[in-house]
Amino acid sequence: MSTISKAAPATAPHGGHVADENYLNCSRGFLSWILTLDHKRIGVMYTVSVMVSFLVGGIFALLVRTELLTPGPTITESAETYNHWFTLHGAIMVFLVIIPSIPAALGNFVLPIMLGAKDVAFPRLNLFSYYLWIAGAVLAVTSLLMGGFDTGWTFYTPYSTTTTAGGVIPVVVGVFILGFSSIFTGMNFLVTIHKLRPPGMTWFRMPLFLWALYATALMQVLATPVLAITLALLVVERTLNIGIFNPDMGGDPVLFQHFFWFYSHPAVYIMIVPAMGIISELIAVHSHRHIFGYKFIAFSSIAIAIFSFVVWGHHMFLSGQSGLMNVMFSFISFSVGIPSAVKIFNWLSTLYKGTISLNTPMLYALSFLFLFTIGGLTGMHLATLSTDVHLHDTYFVVAHFHYVMMGSALIAMIGGLHHWWPKITGRMYEEKLGMIACVLVFIGFNVTFFTQFMLGSQGMPRRYYDYAPEFQTYHIVSTIGSYIMAVGFFMTAGYLLHSLFHGRKAPANPWGGRSLEWQCASPPPIFNFDTTPAVGDCYDFSIVKWDPKEQGYYIDRSADPEIAKAEAERGHTHL
Amino acid sequence: MSHDQAHATAGAPQGDDGHEHVGHVVNPKILFATAFALLALTGATLFFHSIDAEDLNIWIALGIAFVKASLVGAFFMHLVWDRPFNLLVFVGCTLLVALMMAFCLMDAAQYRPTQFLGNPPAAQAVLDKDAPGAPIAAQKQITGE
Amino acid sequence: MGTTAASHDPSQGHQHGGGHERAHHRFQAHHFETMSQQFDSAKLGMWLFLATEVLFFGGLFVVYAVLRARFPEVFKYASLYLDTQMGGINTCVLILSSLTMAMAVYFAQTNKKGPMLACLWLTLAGAFGFMIIKYFEYTHKIHEHLVWGPGFYVPSHDRAGEALSADLALHPDAEHQPADVVAAAVGEPTQVPVKAIQLAVAGPATEASAIAPAATGPRNLSFAVTEPSAAAEGDVIPAEDPTAHLADAQMPPNTHLFFAIYYAMTGLHGVHVVVGIFVISWLIWRGMKGHFNASYYTPVDLVGLYWHIVDLVWIFLFPLFYLID
Repeated sequence: MSTISKAAPATAPHGGHVADENYLNCSRGFLSWILTLDHKRIGVMYTVSVMVSFLVGGIFALLVRTELLTPGPTITESAETYNHWFTLHGAIMVFLVIIPSIPAALGNFVLPIMLGAKDVAFPRLNLFSYYLWIAGAVLAVTSLLMGGFDTGWTFYTPYSTTTTAGGVIPVVVGVFILGFSSIFTGMNFLVTIHKLRPPGMTWFRMPLFLWALYATALMQVLATPVLAITLALLVVERTLNIGIFNPDMGGDPVLFQHFFWFYSHPAVYIMIVPAMGIISELIAVHSHRHIFGYKFIAFSSIAIAIFSFVVWGHHMFLSGQSGLMNVMFSFISFSVGIPSAVKIFNWLSTLYKGTISLNTPMLYALSFLFLFTIGGLTGMHLATLSTDVHLHDTYFVVAHFHYVMMGSALIAMIGGLHHWWPKITGRMYEEKLGMIACVLVFIGFNVTFFTQFMLGSQGMPRRYYDYAPEFQTYHIVSTIGSYIMAVGFFMTAGYLLHSLFHGRKAPANPWGGRSLEWQCASPPPIFNFDTTPAVGDCYDFSIVKWDPKEQGYYIDRSADPEIAKAEAERGHTHL
Repeated sequence: MSHDQAHATAGAPQGDDGHEHVGHVVNPKILFATAFALLALTGATLFFHSIDAEDLNIWIALGIAFVKASLVGAFFMHLVWDRPFNLLVFVGCTLLVALMMAFCLMDAAQYRPTQFLGNPPAAQAVLDKDAPGAPIAAQKQITGE
Repeated sequence: MGTTAASHDPSQGHQHGGGHERAHHRFQAHHFETMSQQFDSAKLGMWLFLATEVLFFGGLFVVYAVLRARFPEVFKYASLYLDTQMGGINTCVLILSSLTMAMAVYFAQTNKKGPMLACLWLTLAGAFGFMIIKYFEYTHKIHEHLVWGPGFYVPSHDRAGEALSADLALHPDAEHQPADVVAAAVGEPTQVPVKAIQLAVAGPATEASAIAPAATGPRNLSFAVTEPSAAAEGDVIPAEDPTAHLADAQMPPNTHLFFAIYYAMTGLHGVHVVVGIFVISWLIWRGMKGHFNASYYTPVDLVGLYWHIVDLVWIFLFPLFYLID
């Protein structure tokens, strides 16, 4: 074990030892980053890229909201420009931000460390999928230069095949490529979890975030190819006019919607399931209490993954889909509520009588519980056939999916970013500012989108540039909410960036976590672990002790007979 | 399961460089037999094509194709000797295609010429009066539905 | 940074190898404990990739099923334009190349470099053979305007038709024009050599269609041929008249859709064969450098799996397109 003498053993009992060499300073220079095969650096690059896209998508959101302050023209005279804005907002947020945010950005960093592996199974494929993401993003920008696109993020035919906007083909090709980026990430994670678990890390020892990532990867691998073929057919339809989706030529536009939602409904769960995984971690760690119903949470992730493939038709109740299908899809959509509710109840039970640390990650987790419950329950309204006729394509739908995709998925992502920030950067952020920003985001979010439930139920259709004057009050309130939210996010960006240079050095285990990533230094050494620590129950916090000297926690390994035994055996083989 | 290497290495010879042997070596006789069966089945499918069995023809052809696909998967692709999970992946994704096909076919079988049956008489009266030029005003009520 | 540095990390292979020291294989990555673990991981990864391929093609199979369910008469009719002989030969070519690929894996596993390379060369030859036959099929059909979309109805050697065809390509909406405009652009029906052709369409072909059978082609674009009884023996489509298919009164509406899905599916399959040509060539190159042996033949195995799935897709495409009664 030559490496042991070089770097301090990361599994030192007090865990607070900061190794002098870590993944951030082991090599320098631009090339050492862009050609890296290290999952941690790739994760960091993803995080930066996703956050930049989040800024761009957010700016388009603010433009859309500002335009809607008054009926008719506000900041642009052209309704077409408005169409471009909301399409860009949607496409960027869905394909460039939310889908890769948790699996590719945080997951890439955390998954191998949590698992106790040195890297993901295919490091080169991992880097390749990052560059596919970059290529997709570049194509999206290209499409802007070529005249943009106004199809909505769903690219419905026949509008997408006939619109004169010049940027449709580049953006469709871009999304096609982003799809493969997502597929390769998913493949990598599935193989890593299957084949690179160290001894002792059985399936039911895995932290729930890994279960969630596993379920997500399953959906990424199985759903995304269908999006790829759909988009390929769309490009061929637009360029060569093959007529498969064109009703004038005997084709079938509803079939396009079937294809699109066969991917895109699982895609919604690709966004939410890893978010649920993060919440499982945040709630258990920050309430210092064993997660309640581990197996139920684990299997409900898999159940959601399976359900995700049989509910796509609930996006198509008014598309001309047959009545039989409507009834079937409506019924199955209701049943998605079961695994989701299982998770909510388990998280609540975990909080009950826990020792709750009310810090920023916990605040985000609590926001998630609140917002996801609203988002999920309003989904029931939309899954009901009769109410959906009224609510379809109104702001009610917009509010519903923002509660789920932003209020849940992105909030969990930001919460997770705070949770693992000390591990990723080795620095602590300013806790007070974090809590203020979280409260701002939470309030801003609800002001923005709860208003839209009311707008929608009163009949304001989505994607409209102009509206009747009686809706204006709601629109003004909603826009003000979006500004509050923007302040919260800019504040977050500010103190996080500030902490990079001026933050307190992070201990190895600032929150008292038990999973393996808290048992290596912050930031982690190049190969994560010099010797993989023995795996115990990752939610048993009884042996996690506070070390006032390090201002962090450590795991009293001798207190766990199972770990002590495993380490004794290991020591016999190794040292 | 990830460290259960007994499966991969059991009874396998050592490689020439002293490393362990990985994977399963298939007897070439089995491979040749598979290829022969595939060619024979291709002949069979051509034969059944030449006799007219009405609607049965497509099912015969698909059945033969399914058998051929199973042969390729089982022997050429080593699924018989491979880890069961790989088989599960393969069968699982095929089932998913079948699921999508079933739903889409079920839906396509029930398409109606139009979902919008026209404006109800009361609404039509209002449209004719207030917005005679609007496209929706031209959608007269379809009778007989 | 690090794979080169990483691959020398000596901390591998201690824990699970039964305690004995194993030499590190040249192609073993740093984060795998054993070659076996690496092989299994690669293989699972490949199977997951194949699953995505199945779903990728699966989408097209679903399009096929929906179209065929809606227009059974189109499929029965248009299938007759495909050359069963060429399709059958191609099936055999792919099956045999699959066999040679499987044999290449066998020879790699048994450390027989020469036979392995020979098998890979044969597989490559099969891939090229398939593409050459496909090339002849495609060019023949394109010459006869048996293509997708508006091109199906427009004779390109006709100057007016060329203009129209270009127009249609630029503005898909153009085909919304009234049929008489299009017909005028194409030419007077009487100028088309009427050489009705024999097509063994059994029974009333259009009975299952939702769309009423038409004596003329879709959108009245074809040329009302009045004498199907004057059928000529011989080639289905006379070489001197690439638009003869339009002259058939029995052609059901929307026949172009058959060719749309035919080119989509066989085209995507062809792309996969071309990719196969590149990866097999890469295998030959690495094989000649002596990279493969019994303990490391993962690339041969994985490319083999890929090649078999290409074969497998064709196994379904052949009866679905060529053998419709």
